[in-house]
Amino acid sequence: MSVKQISVFVENQAGLLSEVTTLLADNGINLRALSIADTSDFGILRIIVEDVEKAAQILHDHGNTYTVTEVLAVKMDDKTGGLAKILKVLADAEIFLEYAYAFLLQKPGEACLIIRVPDNDAAEAALAAAGIGITTQEELF
Amino acid sequence: MTKYYQPEIECASREQIRQWQDERLVKQVKHVWDNVPYYRAKMEAAGVTPEDIKSADDLHKLPFITKDDLRECYPYGLLAKPLSECVRIQSTSGTTGKRVVAFYTQHDIDLWEECCARAIMAVGGDENDVCHVSYGYGLFTGGPGLNGGSHKVGCLTLPMSSGNTERQLQFMTDLGSTILCCTPSYAAYLGESAKEMGITDKLKLKAGIFGAEAWTEEMRRDIEKSLGLKAYDIYGLTEISGPGVSFECEAQTGMHINEDHFIAEIINPETGEVLPEGEKGELVFTSITKEAFPLLRYRTRDICVLSREKCSCGRTHVKMTKPMGRSDDMLIIRGVNVFPSQIESVLLAQGFPPNYQIIVDRVNNTDTFDINVEMPPEKFTDTVREVTAMEKELVAALKAMLGIVAKVHLMAPKSIQRSEGKAVRVVDKRKLY
Ligand SMILES: [Zn+2]
Repeated sequence: MSVKQISVFVENQAGLLSEVTTLLADNGINLRALSIADTSDFGILRIIVEDVEKAAQILHDHGNTYTVTEVLAVKMDDKTGGLAKILKVLADAEIFLEYAYAFLLQKPGEACLIIRVPDNDAAEAALAAAGIGITTQEELF
Repeated sequence: MTKYYQPEIECASREQIRQWQDERLVKQVKHVWDNVPYYRAKMEAAGVTPEDIKSADDLHKLPFITKDDLRECYPYGLLAKPLSECVRIQSTSGTTGKRVVAFYTQHDIDLWEECCARAIMAVGGDENDVCHVSYGYGLFTGGPGLNGGSHKVGCLTLPMSSGNTERQLQFMTDLGSTILCCTPSYAAYLGESAKEMGITDKLKLKAGIFGAEAWTEEMRRDIEKSLGLKAYDIYGLTEISGPGVSFECEAQTGMHINEDHFIAEIINPETGEVLPEGEKGELVFTSITKEAFPLLRYRTRDICVLSREKCSCGRTHVKMTKPMGRSDDMLIIRGVNVFPSQIESVLLAQGFPPNYQIIVDRVNNTDTFDINVEMPPEKFTDTVREVTAMEKELVAALKAMLGIVAKVHLMAPKSIQRSEGKAVRVVDKRKLY
C-alpha cells in the first residue's frame, strides 16, 4: 500500500519555499513530513499531508506547479542500523532508489522512511520478505 | 511530373529574368516618379532621379518605403493610377494604427492571380483538381487570391471561405476536394475535426497550400499526417499584391519568388545596407509590374535568407526561406541574430508553453543571455533527475536553433507575467545605444 506524496516545483529564490509552506499552513494543512531537493536553479518540495486533495486544490488555485506521486512509507526502527537494514534489502533486490527521506512518528521509538522506487509492488514484496512492514496513509496521522 | 503554369517564365534563364527586371524597373521608377508625388519627394530628398536608375544594379540608390509611409499616405497617397482605372481594393489590418489599403487595376489582379496559379500548379494542381479555398474572402487577400489562381488553372473552385468546419468537411468529402488552401492553423484544426468525426479515410486531399501565418516543420508533418496530403508554404503580403509573391514547389525547401514581377533584396535591418546572397536579413520587395500600387523597396520587416541554388523542380526563380522572425524583434546577442519567434518554436516543440521572457545583459563586455521558461504541470515530475534532463534537452534544442547557448531558468507558471495585450518578452538591460 503506497501513500500519496505531493511534490511542488519551487524556483530557487529566497522566500519562495516559505511562501508555499506558509500558504499550506494558512489553509490548515498540516505537513506530516517534508523534504527539499534542490539544484542551483530550482527546487522540489516533497510533502506528506493528511488531506491530499485539499492540499492539491490549494496549490492549484494559487498557480503552483505540482504533481502527486505514489511512494512507499516504510516502517523503520528509530535506532542505529534501522536505515541500513532497509537500504540493504533494496540493494540486494536490485531496486533503484530515486530518493528517500525519514521522519519520526508520534509513537516513541518508531520512525518512517519514505522511498521513491520505480516499482512499489516489487519493493514492498522484497521488504515484506525481509520482515519489514509498510505504513498506510491513515496510519501516519 | 512537374507542372508549370507559365514554364517559359518560371524556368527562364537567369539572363532572361535579369533582362526583364532591368527593363521593368527602369519603366516602373519613371511611372512612380511621374504619378506619386510622395515618393518623388523621397527620391529628391535622396538626390536620385529616374535617370540614375539604368538597371537593377541601381536599385540600392532608391529610398525605402516602410509601413510608416503607408500609414502616412493612407488612403490615396501612394496611388499611381487614376481611380477610374482601379477595379479593386484589398486591405490588411496593421498591428498598430491604420489599416493598409492596396489598389489594383485589372492588370494587377491578373498578375496576382497568375502568381497564385503558379503556386497551385507547383503543388501538382491542374484542371482536374477540386480546389477548396478556406481562406477568408473579403478585404483579406487570402481567399480572393487563391480563388483567382484556381480559376486560371481551371480547377473546380470551392469558394468556402473560413469557418463552419462541419460544412467544410462535408463539402470536402462529398465533392472530393483534392487541394486545400487555408491557414496552417485552420488546416491543423480541420485535420483534428476530421479525425473526431471519423471521416479521415474519406478525404481525397493530395496537397495543401498554407500561408498567412508562421508555422513550423513539426506543424507541417502533423498536418500532412492528419489530412493525408503534402503541405506547401505560400508567402505574400497585401502591400505587394497578396499570397503568391512566393510559393513552395515539390522540393519543399523554400519558396520561389516570382522575380518577373517582384525584385527581392536582403538588407541589414540596422543599416539598410544590401547583404550578399545567403546572408540572413530583412526582406525588401520592389514591384516592377504593378500599375496602381507599385511599391519600390518596401521593407517587409520579415527576416529570411535568399538562395539561387539550382532547384530540383526546374524553376529558376530565387528561393526564400520561411520568415524566421520580424526585424523589429531581432536581438543581436554575442554577435548572433536571435528572434523571439525562434525561441517560441523550440519551446512549443519541447512541450513548454510559449510564455517566456528573454533577459539580455552585458557583464564584463560579454552578453549574458537568460531565458525564463514556465515549468508546465504536465511536464513536472517529482525527481530532480528528470527535471534536470528536461532542462538540458531544452538548452540543447535552443542551441541547435540559435547557435548560441542560453541559460534556461525554469519558473513556476505564476512567476512569468501572463500576456494581456502585448507581453514583455524581451528585457534588454544592455546600454548599447
Ligand atoms: Zn523548386
